[in-house]
Amino acid sequence: MNRRELLDLYYLEARAKLIDVAAFLDRLDRAEGEPDFRLAAFKQALGEVQNEKVPRAERVLACLSDPTVDPIPVATTKAACGAWPGK
Amino acid sequence: MRYIEPHAHMVSRVTNDYQDMVLAGCAAVCEPAFWAGFDRSSADGFYDYFCQLTEHEPRRAAKFGLPHFCWLCINPKESEDVKLASDVISIIPKFLEKQNVLGIGEIGLNKNSRNEIKVLEMHVDLAARHDQLILVHTPHLEDKLKGTRLILDVLRADSRIKPGRCLIDHVEEHTVKMVLDGGFWGGMTLYPETKCTAARAVDMIELYSAERLWMNSACDWGVSVPLAIPLAALELRRRGHSAEAIDRLIYQNPKRFLSQSPKFKLIEATI
Repeated sequence: MNRRELLDLYYLEARAKLIDVAAFLDRLDRAEGEPDFRLAAFKQALGEVQNEKVPRAERVLACLSDPTVDPIPVATTKAACGAWPGK
Repeated sequence: MRYIEPHAHMVSRVTNDYQDMVLAGCAAVCEPAFWAGFDRSSADGFYDYFCQLTEHEPRRAAKFGLPHFCWLCINPKESEDVKLASDVISIIPKFLEKQNVLGIGEIGLNKNSRNEIKVLEMHVDLAARHDQLILVHTPHLEDKLKGTRLILDVLRADSRIKPGRCLIDHVEEHTVKMVLDGGFWGGMTLYPETKCTAARAVDMIELYSAERLWMNSACDWGVSVPLAIPLAALELRRRGHSAEAIDRLIYQNPKRFLSQSPKFKLIEATI
């Protein structure tokens, strides 16, 4: 598909998601609270979205990933939260 | 349209889902063993679960003429307790003789801990000793990239393991290349929020060779979509893929991988 056809197919959906992200950040700004590593990672990932260099999706995912290589000593939780707390 | 659902946790789904899947063209469903949403307290709990996967669930699917297959293991979410894992792994061999068991899965890692890796190695050894196919779960979200690397290291370290007989599931843009480059099969999981959308799956299909890729819903007890594969087929169609290419991806590819187990047989008359 060419660029025009892809825009016809996905533009409105991507536009809606973009506005959702903007509203999400506005919502956080209106709320009080301590700094959170998830928001920091999110904003860093947004920078990757704006970077014209592809592949953006891969770089965003890397940005939100644990960059270490060694196994952790013990799993103290089963859950993942979507960003690396950085320890 | 015909398709194979290679990863669905049907024990968590209602019977109507079987009906909807068959109406949408599902020709077979495969169910890896997984975490129930709570920790089981003993190996006996797993014994009952394995009976459910090998006896009860195939009967439930058969009411709709749908072949049901399964994979056995203790899920990585319960792998921190190595003693429990060892007890569970010891009861698996007797179930490998069951007609609908395709292999060992979904094994892998969850939080990438040392004990999880120990248990993964035990599962890989079990699969190698019994010449079984392997289905691997890769970790969620921030743990996926590191976990996928660690998993591939474990598989490569065992010379008995053939990459073409291993499916590495839940690949995303940052892991798909390393999986395919290693000669493994990759699974793209169409799961809301935490995994892959249909549009992104189609991107990966267009970027990489689709020879060793499949799609699955991994529908389970969470908010998930049993008809995710037919919906992704629609996305492929919107993106201009031919009916033949779609059939290759959602039917022929999983059939090719799964047919490496002599037990994987489809009811041709229903196709």
